[in-house]
Amino acid sequence: MVDFFWQTLWPIIIILAQSVLLLVALLIFIAYILLADRKIWAAVQMRRGPNVVGPFGLLQSFADLLKFVLKEPIIPAGANKGVFLLAPLVTCVLALAAWAVIPVHPGWSIAEINVGILYIFAISSLTVYGVIMAGWASNSKYPFLAALRSAAQMVSYEVSIGFVIITVLLCAGSLNLTKIVEAQNGPWGMFQWYWLPLLPMFVVFYISALAETNRPPFDLVEAESELVAGFMVEYSSTPYLLFMLGEYVAIVTMCAMGTILFLGGWLPPFDVAPFNWLPGIVWFVIKVCFMFFLFAMAKAIVPRYRYDQLMRLGWKVFLPLSLVMVVAVAAVLHFTGWAPK
Amino acid sequence: MAVLVHDYLPVVVFIGVATVIGLALLVSPFLLAYQNPDPEKLSAYECGFNAFDDARMKFDVRFYLVAILFIIFDLEVAFLFPWAIVFGELGSFGFWSMMVFLGVLTIGFIYEWKKGALEWD
Repeated sequence: MVDFFWQTLWPIIIILAQSVLLLVALLIFIAYILLADRKIWAAVQMRRGPNVVGPFGLLQSFADLLKFVLKEPIIPAGANKGVFLLAPLVTCVLALAAWAVIPVHPGWSIAEINVGILYIFAISSLTVYGVIMAGWASNSKYPFLAALRSAAQMVSYEVSIGFVIITVLLCAGSLNLTKIVEAQNGPWGMFQWYWLPLLPMFVVFYISALAETNRPPFDLVEAESELVAGFMVEYSSTPYLLFMLGEYVAIVTMCAMGTILFLGGWLPPFDVAPFNWLPGIVWFVIKVCFMFFLFAMAKAIVPRYRYDQLMRLGWKVFLPLSLVMVVAVAAVLHFTGWAPK
Repeated sequence: MAVLVHDYLPVVVFIGVATVIGLALLVSPFLLAYQNPDPEKLSAYECGFNAFDDARMKFDVRFYLVAILFIIFDLEVAFLFPWAIVFGELGSFGFWSMMVFLGVLTIGFIYEWKKGALEWD
């Protein structure tokens, strides 16, 4: 009995505690990322943004949460109730699930699996189901059209993200996220991280990540002048909150992926005195915040794309470009003998 | 088996915890919030009109086409993953055979482009 406790139950309790800790930290981080998004957007437009709840509006996201919970949930009469309620749950849970493998510090991930990047790629592909389920189950025209658009948009840009990941894998030689970060460690510090050698792919990744998460300037899914609020039109209260949460978690996941693949994860910019005093997790968070700042600035200053432009960019620019880059990176590694053995 | 459980049990537990949090959020307004439904409130949103058609209507075939193209290229990415991992050990044969594969795929891509499968206007 005692053996059973120490060998089977205890590890599960540890994992459970770690999971709860990571999720709570992540959700609080998301609350402040959301506030930062609104503040940056406001600052670009010379407004103040939320500044009433708490000092500098720091408690705004928590007030919003409370408001969402106390709002009346509406399920349209024509909707398929089961699928209608399942869709936000699927979106949110899948978005959160990706964080099971992301290492925020050497050795700090819930699951250290060998196919980490493949797992994230697979999970982020599945988020399109939440959108399609919501659009179909609402039984209303705007959500239906938005779900179609969104599905086509997300799958189009996923192809180029796939090729971008391939180029990084060619350089790193492993699917394990920890090993990908360690492969970027070297005497040149931040100039050895993959953002510089693979700069075109970093740009493609950043723009594809914007499109993949339906962020402006690619937010055609909820282009409010055409489709009101896209596939979320019929949602209210916390089902809507779960969509929004899922969206922001997906954005932060993309930022974390960009950090791991291109910005050296938890590594300090240079392995010298003032930089390596800070622990790895601090560098990781700083880099994720930097990536998110890029996302927020794109939202604030870039006008929205038209749908045909969006599809042209995805299929006729990014796909050939990333295909050529895969060949180029492979050729360089092959003929110089730099490929990791 | 033991290795598999050791590696993937944390993933399952993590998804479980995430599901519990999601469910708690989903259920809470049904328990806490004031509800007063009426037929107007529950009708499908259509800019103030009564909805005058079923929403599950015909849609453009190009969405279907994009889905098919996506399958082709995503499968290709799936082929590239294992190749990229062992790239250093494969040598010339591995490099050139993948180049031939990518070449064949590029021919298909050019054909799609010329046929106008990628046009949205």
